[in-house]
This record gives sequence, structure tokens and C-alpha cells, in this order.
Amino acid sequence: MTRHEIDITINGREYHGAVEPRKLLTDFLRDDLGLTGTHVGCEHGVCGACTILLNGEPVRSCLMFAVQANGAELKTVEGLAPSAAELHPIQEKFWEFHGLQCGFCTPGILLTAEALLREIPSPSEDEIREWISGNLCRCTGYQNIVTAIQEAAKTLNSSQTES
Amino acid sequence: MPYIGARIKRKEDVRLLRGIGKYVGDIHRVGMVHAAILRSTHAHARIVKIDTAAALRLPGVIGVLTAADMPGLKTIPMRTGVIPGLERSQQTPIASAKVRYVGEPLAVIVAENRYIAEDALELIDVEYAALGAVTDAHAGMQPGAPQLHDAVPNNIAANFQVNVGDVDSAFAGCDLILEEEFSTQRHGAVPLETRGLVAELDEGKGLLTMWGPTKMTHTNWRMLSELTGMPQSSIHFIEPEVGGGFGARGEFYPEDFLIPFAAMHFRRPICWIEDRSENLKAMNQSRQQNHRVKIGVKNDGTVVAMDAEILFDMGGYTRTHGGVPAIAASAMLRGPFRVKNYRCNVFCVLTNKTPVGTYRSPGRYEANFVRERLLDIVAHRLNLDPADIRRRNLIRHQEMPYDLGKHPFHYMVYDTGDFPMQLEGALKRFGYEKLKATCAAAKNEGRAIGVGIGCFVETSGIGPWEYARVEIDNSGKVVLYSGCNSVGQGIATALSQIVADELQVSIDDVRVVHGDTAQVPYGNGSNASRSTVMAGSAAVGASRKIKDKLLRLASAGLEIDAGDLFLRDGRVVARGAPERSLSFTDLAALALPGPALRSGFTPGITEEDFFATDKRPFPYGVHLAAVEVDRETGAVKILDYLVTEDVGRKINPMIIEGQMAGGLAQGIGGALLENFVYDEDGQPLATSFMDYLMPTAMEMPKAQFISTEDFPSPHNPLGVKGAGEGGITAAGAALANAVSNALGVEVTKLPLKPDYLLELIKKSAETR
Repeated sequence: MTRHEIDITINGREYHGAVEPRKLLTDFLRDDLGLTGTHVGCEHGVCGACTILLNGEPVRSCLMFAVQANGAELKTVEGLAPSAAELHPIQEKFWEFHGLQCGFCTPGILLTAEALLREIPSPSEDEIREWISGNLCRCTGYQNIVTAIQEAAKTLNSSQTES
Repeated sequence: MPYIGARIKRKEDVRLLRGIGKYVGDIHRVGMVHAAILRSTHAHARIVKIDTAAALRLPGVIGVLTAADMPGLKTIPMRTGVIPGLERSQQTPIASAKVRYVGEPLAVIVAENRYIAEDALELIDVEYAALGAVTDAHAGMQPGAPQLHDAVPNNIAANFQVNVGDVDSAFAGCDLILEEEFSTQRHGAVPLETRGLVAELDEGKGLLTMWGPTKMTHTNWRMLSELTGMPQSSIHFIEPEVGGGFGARGEFYPEDFLIPFAAMHFRRPICWIEDRSENLKAMNQSRQQNHRVKIGVKNDGTVVAMDAEILFDMGGYTRTHGGVPAIAASAMLRGPFRVKNYRCNVFCVLTNKTPVGTYRSPGRYEANFVRERLLDIVAHRLNLDPADIRRRNLIRHQEMPYDLGKHPFHYMVYDTGDFPMQLEGALKRFGYEKLKATCAAAKNEGRAIGVGIGCFVETSGIGPWEYARVEIDNSGKVVLYSGCNSVGQGIATALSQIVADELQVSIDDVRVVHGDTAQVPYGNGSNASRSTVMAGSAAVGASRKIKDKLLRLASAGLEIDAGDLFLRDGRVVARGAPERSLSFTDLAALALPGPALRSGFTPGITEEDFFATDKRPFPYGVHLAAVEVDRETGAVKILDYLVTEDVGRKINPMIIEGQMAGGLAQGIGGALLENFVYDEDGQPLATSFMDYLMPTAMEMPKAQFISTEDFPSPHNPLGVKGAGEGGITAAGAALANAVSNALGVEVTKLPLKPDYLLELIKKSAETR
């Protein structure tokens, strides 16, 4: 099968690849680039485990072909923490408030939350629930996820005020 | 400050938050190829022909295996829940002559990548001769129904009875006798990560390595050895991160044989990752039971006798847990209530649907729904408050330990507890009396608001034993090797807390190794809310032996009597002379073979222990639900929810509440949404997440979770009772009671879907 050349910026780093047109973006990230933090839960766009940020917007990477991301800027869970020694405030709060159990849905939810807090810095509980309603979690019952996002919003807002 | 009882952040989390935890699908081996499974599209058919020629011609296909390539296949055995008779319907890993459910494996395709493997699936031509399908347990038992297994007449895989007291005489003395039929729908665990395996044979060493199966690694290790004939010492199982278990993951499935077989056959490392559609057809389903229960009571609400018949819909085969959901339902149908005369006749019935196994609170979720509904129906007939009929019948603290009477397959002595106290506490916290007034007022406004109670006793901590080994390494760090598994529940954190307290070290200096058969020789895994109870207790035993060794080594090194030494902050310190101490690192050096042998010590600081028991701790508690039902649409909105549970002793309250919350979400899913629907031909209709609906953040209410430590269990050194299932167990019960209360109807079926509720509303309007 013919391959197409693609250039994608992921977590600030440029990647070049040659992919079959039918290769899913998820599989390109996971199998070709080894970025296995993006998980695959349903392969039909419902569970949200494969959520990444494409030019800042949360998208299902299982519903896109890698070639469609040519020229785009992506962020995956591996790019969320500022360094190998630190966590992003959203990650910190998920840890502190037990917003994860098995961790399989977590990367997709973290990235959805990141986009949410950029768009609505102080979301209401209902807004948080609506934003994450496209991400299934089978372990937590969501309550602690909602709390973690609320707490992360507080941290992010206070650090912005300080700077 | 002790770690036990503290809300310690989980040790597992940082790698999961960073996306660097390795699940089975993240494992890559050099030369690895990919498998896809061809599955039956018929629920019940004879296999006439499987033609793989076209698939084999597809570039990139390495090979195809069918039953013809696997002569002498054995069936997958039961590891538990063994009821005589069930062995006649065990499954071989691949179908040879006949298929018995849609999704049954027919062929394994191995190809350079998964895309090609899935392309090749389409090129295999299977010719079936359809046989009539059994899709209903009751119909399947009737004469003339299609028969799934030649050795199983009337599709009754097993039948057993429970007999306590004298039911017939007891009914004679009752003021009111009611008989009702109840049913719970087929649903299941559906973890967010599908199943998967990586198998690799090191041909030179003759060593097969398996990544993936988790729940009871060591059981699967033994089973694979028995099915392949390879010695266990030539097989190495490694547990990766796991995306949720809930009872269904990690049992020995057909693929757990097929993938290693293929890896050995084709001499390539093979990865198989199930897709979601397969998962919804091939992973164990659960919960489908029909109960017919006769109950006899006195006018004051005292329950005198219960006589039940349970039909357990098993699907097409007996799987590894045999009849556990039926055993548990028949054992726990009495729940926390005093029922001195009890009879239960249980039929395990084969149907042409996906085989059934356990799902979080197996059998008990079903039984709680049945009993709690029945109690409310009786209360309505006797004009009693639902709380009062429960007060009348709850087993009292003074009666503990309470023996419910013999069950042929289940331990039946409740260890400790004060069930009435738990109920009163829950009612008060929930504002039950006030809510009743709210419901009455709402009715006057034409709104349907209701409150429902679900009392429960859970089982936990199943034995018969668990293994632990503790070691101090060269840098003084503590390593616990445990026979448990992680399914995402946070067990490594809980066990670290226990060991850190025993050895007086920082939790950061404790590492837990589990699920690796090369490092841990024995284990019974994580299931039945057993890990903290069993693995925790074994960890205590091994830690205490380590403590003894550390003291003896330090005693020799410091020339101080061991009785004058104690452990603090990773050191052994002299009482009254803290400047005289040795660190664990120093002691590890003293325990190296050279110095240890010279001074008469067995080298190393490593001790193992088994914790063994046939008894079980029984956590107990209450679910309370307040709901509003829309009479026009039949939609249920949960207004408030409370779960309380006595867990004996809390190791990590944060993890316990997390278990309760997650359990409740699944319980709500089971009560309102989730349903594996099959048509009359046995075709599954819920094979995607568009059809199988699980709760999202929008469906989950803000709920309260209260765990108590009122009565530590006497059956283990920690006093703990397992906390994995209390959150789910009475959710169907409480919600069904709340909905019944809101609408003034008597729900007898789950799920509480709008069409069913509208039907009840219509019927109730007609009879008025």
C-alpha cells in the first residue's frame, strides 16, 4: 500500500513519518512513535480514552487518520507535565484527590480537562461534568475527577494571579 | 504517625498520570506480530467447513490456525464455583464441531500487523448448519428445547438445593404468604481496557513468557501448564498495568491458550488486543438471573420463611468460576436478615449466549435486588414502613457470630457487626424521615419522588491462603513480594502502608512486586474483595519475621539484647541509647553471605509467610436512594444517594471511598442503563458503546460514601473486611425501591428503563 509522508509537531517536538493512508492517528502515535500514553478503549469514538489535543482542541485520535494530522500540532499526555520531575497542576490534583484508579481513561480525561480550563478557567460543576461526559471512566464514579478539576482550576487561577 | 488509616496518595499514580505505565497493548517485542480471532457469527450451529485458503494468500498473513491444527485439546477447567455437573459443559479454547454463542473462537490469524490480520478475517469462509438457539433459561429447560451439549439433558448444567430449618411447617404458621417473580438483566464488567496478551517463546531456552493476564496470575500459570503440557518452570507470567478488572478480567479465557499456542507454533512473539466489539461478545458477562420467591411473614412483619427458585443463565459454556453467581445468590438471598427457614432450588442453565462469569458482587447484587424489593412489597401489604420491616428482621449484634445454616458451597457464618446500628445511622444521615415527607408533598404536586432502602451483607477475603515474602535489599529498601494482583484498585499502596507500619520505614522505601511468577512463587490473586484481607495479612506475617531477623542481626552487631532494641525510621535503635543504632543498609551488609555465614546467620534478610483461613469477613451496610421519575417519559433522576459500609478497619480511607464510588457508578449503570440484549436467534445487539450504555459523569449523582470501623473482623490480624463491592451491591435494590416508592408501583425487573417504567405506570393507572 502506498505511504504518505507526514510532518507532525507533538509535544513541541517535530516528527516525520511515512504512513499508509488508512493508519489511524492513535496507531501512529502508539506504534510508530512509541507514545503509548494515548490509550485505545473502543476504536469507535465513544469512550474518549484516546483523546489528544489537536491544535489545542480535544479530539478522538481513534477517529482520525494519521495523514489528516499532517502539519498539525498535537499534545499527548506525555507532553502535559512541564518536566520529568514535575507534574502539571491537573495531574497533581488527580493524584491528591484520587481522580484515577486503573489509569486507563486518565490520559484522555487529563487532556480534556486541560482544554476545558483554558476555555473556562473557573468552570462550574455542571460545566465540568458536561465537558468530561465524552470520556468514560469505569473505576471512579467521576466524583473525584470533578473535584480534582475544580481544585486544579483553583491552582491554575491563583498562579496566574500571582504572575 | 501510622500509615494505616491515613489518606495516603497512591504509589501507582505518578506513572499512570504521566502516561508511562505499560499496559499490555504498550508492550513491544522484537519481531512481534499480531493476532486476530475469527469468531462465530451464529449462536448455535454445526460447523460444516472452514476455508482459510484466501486468507493465507493475503500478503502479510503469517498463518491461520483452526481446531484442526490443535489435536487433543483439553477443556478449560473450573478454578472455583465447582458444582457437580458443570464439568460437562466446559469449553475447549477453539470450536471444532459446533458453536454455542456468537463470538466463540473459530480461527486465529497471525499477520505482520493488526490491520492485515483483520483484513484476513474477512477472507475466511465458514459454512454453518444452523441449529435452533436457546436464548431464555426457562425455555431452555423445557422438553424439546434445542440442546447445547449432548451430555447435558434439558440444558441444566447443574442443580442444587439449600435447606435450612423446616420451610413447609414454617409457612403453615404464617399470617401472610406472598410469591413474586423477579429478574435481573445480563450486563457485565466492561473494563475500559479490553483484554490483551503478548506471548513470546524463547526457543533456545524453551521459555514461554506471557504478558497480560491478571487477577490470579498463578492460577492461570498452572492452567496454561496443564493445557499445554509445558512445565510451569518453562512458563513466565508477567502482569502489566491493568485497565480495570471488576471480576471479568484475568480469568483463563480461550485466548489465554490460543495466543501462546500460536506464538509457539509460528515461533514469533504475538500480540493480541481485543477490539471493543469482540470484548462485548467474548468477555464474561454476568447478572442474568430469574428468581421466584415465596415469603411467609407474621402480621408484625417478622419474616418466618423463604422458599426460592433461581434460574442462572450461564450462556453457552461453564467458565472458570463455575457457578459462583448462582452459589452466591442462593447463599446471600437472606442478606442481613434473620430467616430461620430457608429453601433454595438453583438451576444453572445453558443458553446460546456469551458465557457468564463473575462481575463485582456476583449473585449478591441480584439477590439484594430480589430480597429488598420483596421486603418492600410485604411492607406495603402490611402497611408497614420499609424501614420498620427491616428493623424487625435484622440480625442483632448479640446474635453474632451468626450462622445462617449450611450451604453446600458457601461459608455461612457472619463474623461481627451491628446491622440495626448501621441502618439507623444511615437513615439519620440521609434524613429518611424528612425525605418521606418531601415525597408525600411532591405527590400532592403531581411529582413522583421516592426514597428506597437497600440493606446488604457482602462477602470478602476469600481464602484459603495468600503468600507474601519481604526482603531488605542492599540499600535498605523494603520489597514485598505478594501473591495478589493489581486491577487498578491501589493494592500496592495499601500493602505498602501495612508493611511500612510494621517495619517503621517510610512508605517511599517500600516497593511491592506482584503478578510476576519468576519473582513470586505462589498467589491466589485479587478477587472477591480479598487482597487487603489476605495479602495484607500475609504481608503482616512476613514483615514480623523480618523484624525479628533485623533485631537479631542488630543484636549481634551492636552486642545489645534484642529485647532492648526497636525499629525506627529504617534503623534498629537501642532503647535509651539512640546513638547506638544500625541502619537497614548496615544490616543488609551484615546479612551478606560472607559475614552472615561467619556469624552463624542464614544469609539474606528475606522471610516468607502464608496467611491461611477458611473463614471470611462479612462487611455490611446500607444503600439509600432518593429519585424523581418523570411520569411522561419514564426517565429516572437520582436526587441523592448514600452508601454506608462497615469495613472493620480502614487501611486507606481514600481508596475505600474510591472503591465505593466506583462501585456505585457500576451499580447505577446496572440498575438504569446497561443491558446485553440478544434477539431470538441469539444475536447480541449490544456490541458497541452506542448500544451498551455505561454511566457518564452526567448520570452520576453527587453521592455520600461513609465507611465505618465499628467491628473489626476477628478473622485476620488487621481486622479488615474487604471493601471492593459494597458500593455496587445494593444499588439495584435501593434504586428499584426508590422508583417503586416514587411511582406507587412494584418493580420486579431490572433495568429500570423508561419503557418498563411507563408500562408499570400505565398498569397502575388502569387498576386505580
